[in-house]
Amino acid sequence: MLAFTLRRAIQAIGVMIAVGIISFSMFRFAGDPVNQIVSIDTSAAERAAIRKSLGLDDPVPVQFARYFANAAQFKFGVSYQFRLPVADLLKERMPATLELATCATILAMVVGILMGVYSALKRDTLLAKIFQAVSLIGISLPTFLIGILLIYLFAVVLGWLPSFGRGDVVRFGWWTTGLLTVSGLKALIMPSITLGLFQMTLIMRLVRAEMLEVLRTDYIRFARARGLTTRAIHFGHALKNTLVPVITVAGLQFGSVIAFAIITETVFQWPGMGLLFVQAVQNVDIPIMAAYLLMVSLIFVTINLVVDILYTVVDPRLRSTIDRPA
Amino acid sequence: MTEPVLSVRNLGVEFVTRHHALRAIDGISFDIAKGEVLGVVGESGAGKSVTGLAVIGLIDPPGRIAGGEIYLSGLRIDNLPPEQMRRIRGKRIGMIFQDPLTSLNPLYRIGDQLIETIRTHTNLSEPAARRRAIDLLAEVGIPAPDKRIDGYPHEFSGGMRQRVVIALAICAEPELIIADEPTTALDVSVQAQIISLIKRLGRDHGTAVMLVTHDMGVIAETSDRVAVMYSGRIAEIGPVRDVVQNPLHPYAKGLMGAIPTLASDAERLVQIPGSMPRLSAIPPGCPFNPRCAFVFDRCRIERPEPIAVGTQAVACHLYDTAAKDTAA
Repeated sequence: MLAFTLRRAIQAIGVMIAVGIISFSMFRFAGDPVNQIVSIDTSAAERAAIRKSLGLDDPVPVQFARYFANAAQFKFGVSYQFRLPVADLLKERMPATLELATCATILAMVVGILMGVYSALKRDTLLAKIFQAVSLIGISLPTFLIGILLIYLFAVVLGWLPSFGRGDVVRFGWWTTGLLTVSGLKALIMPSITLGLFQMTLIMRLVRAEMLEVLRTDYIRFARARGLTTRAIHFGHALKNTLVPVITVAGLQFGSVIAFAIITETVFQWPGMGLLFVQAVQNVDIPIMAAYLLMVSLIFVTINLVVDILYTVVDPRLRSTIDRPA
Repeated sequence: MTEPVLSVRNLGVEFVTRHHALRAIDGISFDIAKGEVLGVVGESGAGKSVTGLAVIGLIDPPGRIAGGEIYLSGLRIDNLPPEQMRRIRGKRIGMIFQDPLTSLNPLYRIGDQLIETIRTHTNLSEPAARRRAIDLLAEVGIPAPDKRIDGYPHEFSGGMRQRVVIALAICAEPELIIADEPTTALDVSVQAQIISLIKRLGRDHGTAVMLVTHDMGVIAETSDRVAVMYSGRIAEIGPVRDVVQNPLHPYAKGLMGAIPTLASDAERLVQIPGSMPRLSAIPPGCPFNPRCAFVFDRCRIERPEPIAVGTQAVACHLYDTAAKDTAA
């Protein structure tokens, strides 16, 4: 088990190095960084001095090693547009994005699993058919459109919820949270729904399909022949067996929720990392773009690792295959 | 005579499709007494397994019981509300399925599955249920049950898993066990162990057993009586010795003739020409008439009803002596 975890962790580091190379090469292919900093009338001597002070005259492998060593300590350089360390900018923006993504994922998992179980167990009811229809809409409508529709309905027409921003936040050290104020919670509702809807419908359809599959298996039939209660069969025996694929998808989706938060954050002007990234793209602020790339892949890789370990918690069969070296 | 544990009267099961209702079971009747093993034999699709599922009330839609009555020790159970039927399943009727590899939930320890079942049907405490589970595992012949109880199904071999399945089926001391092809998925040496286990459990607890199989050897070894099924009907039923040594129904004769014996040097086994009709194309009269060597006009028109011949009952016009006499 420990060997398995270590092996996966080493693989994860390999992935991060690959992403680091891509992120580093962004600096080389998106123009000369010195030109981004200096003005037109800077002399060639000054340019050379800046180049030297930034270490840009060193050989490429040296530059990469330095970049990667810095990145590993969360030093991502200085933003071209804000003239502030990128790490500080990301740190300031991260709580907003993580809060939004977590809320959206929890919403998607809880509602998605409940809807999925319901529509598998009561397949022929009207409500189950409505769920199926709604899930089709959720899967096919683009995120920004859902966001705009929600804003139109609840902010413009009904005026119940704020159309943009994060509301009032409470600060704990460097972390800020909108979960403790009424305006913060109200501001969280629509972005969470917008961001989570796709995942919710995906999980619902997945749970439904898996559940229908599991309900046909012999061990469910045998559980019924043993006279277990319907509740124990459905929620004890059947649901647990549907969880392995659901964990995979939900885990990977949490990564894409953070990545796709770019769109939702733009629509709702949510002050998170995604919005920062969009602004960075508009202003060719490469340090931010590169750091964002690294951050998102770090989150993806970490989640993958956690999901792999979670499998073994749910499914005892995997535990023994892992312990037996292949 | 005491009341039979299981009494099935004129049972019919049909599967409703968009166009028509297919009769999988068509008016069968039989009894199983306390401590008795009834073997149910027949080809695939003859309705053996469906009969077992109908008794325990697990026919899934589009199938449904379409007539007749089922009594468990005098209590009519075919029309009970689902919740009451659930309480009978596992407690008064235990069922063993064909494939032990897929009958157990792979994600739960076998002890958890046993304790869950025991506690569903009794009001034992968790530790008491665990002790009972260990006793049960010992009874079905699992070595070191106090250790194995914490194992997962994938850590057991096929034969051991079938023993666990049997322990699960008998954990509430049911009056009736339905064993649906309990040995088909196992290899021959393990088959014999499982068969003798089922036989011993039936004897020790006075449990009635309905043993569904297509293996005449298993029937001959285990059963007291045997019912030969064909196209959803019972062709012949009687004490196993009589039916094996002196089959009356032409289908039963064919079936017994198809068993290879070490004593005979026959180059070829006897086989019954043709195959069993599909449910949608059962011929009128006797369903066996297209394949029967003794067929006569009446077989194609009139459905034969069971006729008592000695200890056996056979559904065949050949044995309708009264009708023969009047015809002669």
